[in-house]
Amino acid sequence: MMLKGLLGLKLGMTRVFTEDGRWIPVTLLQAGPCTVVQRKTRANDGYEAVQVGFGEKKEKRCTKPVLQHFKRAGVAPKRVLKEFKVDDDDALKPGDEVGTDIFKKGDRVDVSGLSKGRGFAGVIKRHNFGGGPGGHGSNFHRAPGSVGASADPSEVVKGKKMPGRMGNASVTIQNLEIVDVMPEKNLLVIRGAVPGANGGMIMVKHTVKGAK
Amino acid sequence: MNIVQEYAKSQCKAPENVPKFNIGDTVRVHFRIVEGEKERIQVFEGVVIARKNGESPTATFTVRRVAFGEGVERVFPLHSPRIAKVQVVREGRVRRAKLYYLRDRVGKAARVKARGRATS
Repeated sequence: MMLKGLLGLKLGMTRVFTEDGRWIPVTLLQAGPCTVVQRKTRANDGYEAVQVGFGEKKEKRCTKPVLQHFKRAGVAPKRVLKEFKVDDDDALKPGDEVGTDIFKKGDRVDVSGLSKGRGFAGVIKRHNFGGGPGGHGSNFHRAPGSVGASADPSEVVKGKKMPGRMGNASVTIQNLEIVDVMPEKNLLVIRGAVPGANGGMIMVKHTVKGAK
Repeated sequence: MNIVQEYAKSQCKAPENVPKFNIGDTVRVHFRIVEGEKERIQVFEGVVIARKNGESPTATFTVRRVAFGEGVERVFPLHSPRIAKVQVVREGRVRRAKLYYLRDRVGKAARVKARGRATS
């Protein structure tokens, strides 16, 4: 009966005081309540997992097969669906609700979200290049500089860092500390920043690497 | 009020515990300093020249004093648990919200007129 993570929304950031009077930056997340939509079993699907849904969605916005999927589970249509692996003997069944009480104060979590899109960005913003000296007649400002050698190898190496589309990609920040949990409001208060814009969809999971 | 503001508000001191003073007042700020195991109180006395970020828990105020001929300004978080108390030594009568003009003045010109009689 322990789900490893939750789906939610990024609400925004603020600052709070610690007990010894220091300010720390925190992000507020609305995590859950997530509803179990499907229980995948080793016998039926080849692996053990639960599929959970989060957020409201109008019935008329669902395609018929998707609507049927929710009807079979006996839950209202959800905006997003996501699977979490569980143990074989896990008792979660369709219709069960999971809230922020799976986390407690002091836990470490990994938070995934879709980062803000930066459009077509240059190498300074995208790859942290240094850029040129700018003034004193250098004529070298924010350009990428040389992209390779001459007749040998007579090509640009694959994976060369160049300008291009930046952001709007899935990003995970690992090992963030939970400052506060408010199960009655489905709120998680997390120290530090989280990927994406306010109001963006995020996934919070128990950390895979950091201190427990 | 959105949820972030609501949460931020819950982190503020209760209204009756928020220090009460105005711009231009001369105040004594009793600030707790933790040194290892020991805790002591340091007093900083000066004129309040600015208050910022009004209602939020990030609200701060700036206190200016002239120490040994050098202007010193300290910014305190209004809701900090480390502020033991703020004593108003003298109320000032001023006509603007930010007294940054005091920075350009020295000596007698850098005074703020008193309002009514002094309280402690």
